[in-house]
Amino acid sequence: MEKISGSQAIIRCLQEEGVKIIFGFPGGAVIDLFDALMDSDITNVLVRHEQGAVHAADGLARVTGEVGVALLTSGPGATNGVTAIATAYMDSIPMVILTGQVPTALIGNDAFQEVDIVGITRPCTKHNYLVKDAKDLVPTLREAFHIARTGRPGPVLVDLPKDIVAKMIDFPEKKPIRMQNYQPTYEPHPGQIEKACKQIIKAKNPVLYVGGGVILSNANEELTELARKLNIPVTMTLMGLGGFPGSDPLSMGMLGMHGSYTANMAVAHSDLLIAVGARFDDRVTGRLDAFAPHATIIHIDIDPTSISKNVKVDIPIVADCKHALIAMNTWFNTASDFNREQVAASHEPWRATIDEWTKKHPMSYLDEGEIIKPQYVIQKLDELTHGNAIITTEVGQNQMWAAQFYKFNKPRQWATSGGLGTMGYGLPAAIGAKMAFPEKTVIDVAGDGSIQMNIQELATAKQYKCPVKVAILNNNYLGMVRQWQELFYNKRYAGTIMEVTPDFVLLAQAYGAVGLRATKKSEVEAVIKEALATDNTVIMDFAIAREECVFPMVPAGKATTEMLLV
Amino acid sequence: MKHTISVLLQNKPGVLSRVTGLFSGRGFNIESLSVAETLEPTISCLTLVTRGDEAIIEQITKQLHKLIDVIKVTDISDSEYVEREMVLIRVKAEAQTRAEVLRVIDIFRGKVVDVSPKSYAVEVTGSASKVQAIIDLLKPIGIQEIVRTGTIAMARASKK
Repeated sequence: MEKISGSQAIIRCLQEEGVKIIFGFPGGAVIDLFDALMDSDITNVLVRHEQGAVHAADGLARVTGEVGVALLTSGPGATNGVTAIATAYMDSIPMVILTGQVPTALIGNDAFQEVDIVGITRPCTKHNYLVKDAKDLVPTLREAFHIARTGRPGPVLVDLPKDIVAKMIDFPEKKPIRMQNYQPTYEPHPGQIEKACKQIIKAKNPVLYVGGGVILSNANEELTELARKLNIPVTMTLMGLGGFPGSDPLSMGMLGMHGSYTANMAVAHSDLLIAVGARFDDRVTGRLDAFAPHATIIHIDIDPTSISKNVKVDIPIVADCKHALIAMNTWFNTASDFNREQVAASHEPWRATIDEWTKKHPMSYLDEGEIIKPQYVIQKLDELTHGNAIITTEVGQNQMWAAQFYKFNKPRQWATSGGLGTMGYGLPAAIGAKMAFPEKTVIDVAGDGSIQMNIQELATAKQYKCPVKVAILNNNYLGMVRQWQELFYNKRYAGTIMEVTPDFVLLAQAYGAVGLRATKKSEVEAVIKEALATDNTVIMDFAIAREECVFPMVPAGKATTEMLLV
Repeated sequence: MKHTISVLLQNKPGVLSRVTGLFSGRGFNIESLSVAETLEPTISCLTLVTRGDEAIIEQITKQLHKLIDVIKVTDISDSEYVEREMVLIRVKAEAQTRAEVLRVIDIFRGKVVDVSPKSYAVEVTGSASKVQAIIDLLKPIGIQEIVRTGTIAMARASKK
């Protein structure tokens, strides 16, 4: 067999894994890999900062379900990627990050652009590797993809010393991967499924609490079937949005710190909480001992460490969400000793109580005439894109308003940094999403603070003719922290006032993009329409009510029923 | 409660730091840790002693198991087990205390492994509590240096 270089073998591996686009930034240690990429059909997207490369690959992974791939150089290239790797890790996004490394002979010598990236990323990757022998290149890469996409997905980093990728090697044949020490549990235990189903039949006030696991395992249809069949109200975490149609009458929207009044009240009064692919994060539970205090808890998760980590679970089901939900649906379809219609009908009083809560405190905001309310902007975006856009966000108020007021009816149309809360995520993630689906509308909902964290990626968007739209909810504040300062720190706005903010319209033009601005409510619709009709990267700068707060809000450490309302 | 956990893991560079990083990163505590290769040179056995309530120990075992390089995790203290630790102690042994030191060592079935005019180096093996007991007895005489291996442990075979 003809020998090929290590870098050619790596590129062939990527093709074998179905990779079509990779995001990267070159440097001395990865010139060989960039060189080999030139001869392949893989699109190599040159970003402007390595954090952008990894976020873009992450955005692509979230909207497609495929493994996102980023290629960074050694040293600062790799460390610049760390925040984005941690972002993907916290949200369980399947990714492979390739980093260059100094030649093996120099490792440990404090060589130029050397850093122990395997050591640095150990706690923020699902797994990582330093390849020290050229014959391990291909098997390691295959294992990396396998680990990234199976079980609870996550980023896997492979560190590639320059001399190793330059070696000539045989390309080994592909064999099924068997790892003695890594065998995620996909199939649920039938006994646990039966226990859970029987508990569901008994429940009077059940709630489905749906997290990102439902999106990751593509279980939205199975979940929707279960909820509708048994008439069970559904609430979603930030990561779970789109896992169940947001416009469905059974949807109570998001729960937790900025969740709906309805969802938080329903969880607090439920007698059965069915957690599916969610992890009882502190932003969801608030004060732990007051979270779902009357409920029996069923928890489906593929990661055993998520179960009983924060909240004691009564019926744990370690399994892939999709497999578990199929098993539950099958049980309900075939079990003979209960009447499905009767069970569904028995939840009507509970539904009525829930509707009362929604009537009392719907998701709302105060209209103030011509002052632009950020919630209104999101509602208009939803309306004018018919709820079909892919929405990415930065982090802070912009993210919460987008989560609250855009109705996500499908999975994988929502990409936001949930666990880590990384400002600067939205724009590169939008580019990744748009590269994957050029025909779809992709909008980054941003704040004037966070957009500046990776604003340089406008150049990437332009270079690859990637007409993403950025909607900046501009209040000249770091709004979420300002909100906390308003509510809990006597309005002492320490470090949250953006005294200098660039003119985003001019900034867009400087990059060759289009900049639009609205300062009055009556201008919002026209700006959005023009942006959507423009075949170019567009920044929409909305001058919003400066001191608007995100409500409802559960103050940190309080019970989720202790909400501050509009 | 004290728990002794035995972990089989791939004998590869960096694996130990994955384990210790997990403990420091998640705020778990390690009382002692000992690791060496098994009969199979590609696999190492790590014994660690930790403390925590039931929920913490459950998290520790699950989190350990989640590490890709970890093959098997057993909480040995769930069943009958034997544990051993070895200690090397350099204890002051001058004319008036030499005989006393030897007596104590003898009671604990220890061995003198190094002798100097003013000190003995002693090797003692036993359970952690036995090791602690001899340390406590020799302390008033004057311990100059001490090195402990940390506990290793093995579940007892089924008696049936």
